[in-house]
Amino acid sequence: MALDNTKSTGFTHVGTTPDRPDGVDKVTGRARFGADITAPGMLHAAIVRSPHAHARIKRIDTSKAEALAGVKGVVTRADFATGLTGENWNILENVMAGDTALYDGHAVAAVAATSSLIARDAAKLVVVEYEPLPHVTDVDKAMAADAPVIREGAADTSVPKGLHPNVVRYHESGHGDVEAGFAEADLVVEDHFKTEATHQGYIEPHACLGTLGGDGKGELWCCTQGHWNVQKICAALLGLETANLRVTASEIGGGFGGKTAVFIEPVALALARKTNKPVKLVMPRADVFKATGPTASTSMDIKIGMKKDGTITAAQGTFRLQGGAFPGAPCEFTAMCAFAPYALKNVRQVGYDVMSNRPKQAAYRAPGSPMAAFAVESVIDELCNRLDLDPIETRLKNASKKGTKASFGPTFDRIGLVETLEAAKAHPHYCAPLKPGQGRGISCGFWFNHGGETAVSLALSEDGTAQLAVGTPDIGGSRASMALMAAEELGIPYENIRVTIADTATLGYNEVSHGSRVTYASGLATIQAARDAVKKLCGRAAAKWGIPEDAVKWENGCAVPSGPNAGDFDPLPIAEITKRMGATGGPIVGHFEATPEGAGVSFATHIVDAEVDPETGKTSVVRYTVVQDAGKAIHPTYVEGQFQGGAAQGIGWALNEEYIYGEDGRLQNALFLDYRIPVASDLPMIDTVIVEVPNPGHPYGVRGVGETSICPPLAAIANAVSAAAGVRLRQLPMSPPRILEALEQQRNG
Amino acid sequence: MVEVNLWSGLRALADGKDKVEIEATTVGEVLSGLVKAHPGLQDAIDAGVSVAVDGRVIASSLTEPVAPDSEVFLMQRLKGG
Repeated sequence: MALDNTKSTGFTHVGTTPDRPDGVDKVTGRARFGADITAPGMLHAAIVRSPHAHARIKRIDTSKAEALAGVKGVVTRADFATGLTGENWNILENVMAGDTALYDGHAVAAVAATSSLIARDAAKLVVVEYEPLPHVTDVDKAMAADAPVIREGAADTSVPKGLHPNVVRYHESGHGDVEAGFAEADLVVEDHFKTEATHQGYIEPHACLGTLGGDGKGELWCCTQGHWNVQKICAALLGLETANLRVTASEIGGGFGGKTAVFIEPVALALARKTNKPVKLVMPRADVFKATGPTASTSMDIKIGMKKDGTITAAQGTFRLQGGAFPGAPCEFTAMCAFAPYALKNVRQVGYDVMSNRPKQAAYRAPGSPMAAFAVESVIDELCNRLDLDPIETRLKNASKKGTKASFGPTFDRIGLVETLEAAKAHPHYCAPLKPGQGRGISCGFWFNHGGETAVSLALSEDGTAQLAVGTPDIGGSRASMALMAAEELGIPYENIRVTIADTATLGYNEVSHGSRVTYASGLATIQAARDAVKKLCGRAAAKWGIPEDAVKWENGCAVPSGPNAGDFDPLPIAEITKRMGATGGPIVGHFEATPEGAGVSFATHIVDAEVDPETGKTSVVRYTVVQDAGKAIHPTYVEGQFQGGAAQGIGWALNEEYIYGEDGRLQNALFLDYRIPVASDLPMIDTVIVEVPNPGHPYGVRGVGETSICPPLAAIANAVSAAAGVRLRQLPMSPPRILEALEQQRNG
Repeated sequence: MVEVNLWSGLRALADGKDKVEIEATTVGEVLSGLVKAHPGLQDAIDAGVSVAVDGRVIASSLTEPVAPDSEVFLMQRLKGG
């Protein structure tokens, strides 16, 4: 559905910033999150987890647990479907170990009891006999010849012969002749970078309540970014008919990609089936860290050649991603995003997906892109420093624009990178003086964005208000944006539209809320459903007036005659039509079901000022500006919130957050006390600039905004810290010990 | 005929080619034509691919049209956060 030039300007509702429809529920406690759901007679569950990084499971004895008063059932892998293949098998193996525990925290059994205390006590009574196996948790070590093999035969056909079996997927792309390009350069910089795994850090832990009877029919309430996906996976893992499992998404206390996956829901359902009781399962925080999906960690080599005038002559990157004990680390997206901001004649990128004894990685906002940007933009910064070039002018000189052959192949349509760079250059932040000990960093970032399967329904009420049912959980204010778009089309007040996240029995399949797709795809679907409803409203007016349907148009919430021969009738307001709809043809409902395929890619440019204390190694981010192309900001303050949220999470990722594993392969910091996410006092005011270069693939020009905002921060902060410290930082997080170590190495030459 | 660009990692599965000509008018025909011409691509396509047609990344819809002069790139399917 292309950009509607008749509708892309002169908006009445779009671009305004009304109160969020879920605001009162959230501040009064009325909103129901995953752990708030209860059912009569429900049981509570606890999961038994492996204390080993890698171990063969020789025997599981549940008898003592089952004998404890209050315990109603125990499940192990034997209680799930058999014969699964592909990704369903991977998910089941992650949800409940088979014959091998693959990481510290891997689930091996689960208990349901009449209280959570009894369930936790019973979990301790499950006896598991392990045979410890050699383990590996570092990506480079996992690729080495002597690394223990996580699972033989896990590699797909993309992997070249001769690589270690832990390398399970391979990506290579690019164009031109990079060696010839490097030969043309006046300066070539080549460097190595590492990033540690981080967690999305959502405050709400995973929680669900499931019922499943002997007739194979069940209900599930859970916090998720995509309940149709939960339905599909749980049905497969439990051997159910999909339609017999109805899934309802709760309010969600943060997801950021981490709730696109399934971890505990099949376990609750398996226990419910075994006990014939509703079973509630809430993950403790330590389990969230150990056994959900953090990001991949990376090891990256970047080589870029540049002429003295700033022209990039060639770029090459190798990206090794550790994604835990299963295939799936986003090596291809890391590689494809790495050089996307730049128009390059010669570029080559290689990605490796590597298994290790860690939890199965999950998406985290623009999976792979932030790490790639960290490495690439650090090298560009180094080139600018050594060639005495302005970092924004240099990026402008090389910037991708409409017609550029992207580093990953296709030709870009209309994109807004140049506009973000121009806006950053013009921003007062860019020329503001720095104090001693401070440094400034710049970075660009790129993300694809996505469309995906989408279905919505818009039902009109007798009083002319509207109920919009969408299937994409609201993870960033989408209900407000949907209401604004529906209001725009229907010509009725924003407050007259109630948006509900429908359950799986109500709408057709909706893909997960991921890929920054919701405001784009559900928004497009909302516009189309509203136009469908408007067409029906016009039809009712035409019938009342006795004129053809195409002689009626919709203006400001009313049907009006269109054209000189349509006749002279007073405008017919929506409520006048809907109050008689039962007698004039029945309920009026607008629908749209499709797979929108016009998601526009998005770019951002960030400016960061950082101050480093050379005695303690502590970094303070003192000023931060986000400039990003939103295509069209439907609800600008929500867009700004996405920009600021990406920057805030990026600050944590860059400076403090990391999964720390001991020599025993066990996670050392599975609590927020030891895994330090930024709090308000760690953050400066994050300034925002919304650039609007319309997406040709959306009627209002919308581009996704939720992920691109986390692409530049790691690099922008690293460039600022490196400038402030006077030494290049090549490993994240740039925690105080690492900064002190870098300063010490510099002093020692 | 439509010229389909493969990412470099697929060359080994397509007799060393990084461009394959396919008779196709839709994305679905592009994919089925690729497998017919090079059966080794079946697993990679089954694992999930997107098809970029004239710069627009088609993630799912097999019915999207493709013209003889379209720029067509096979890409791995997007999974976002």
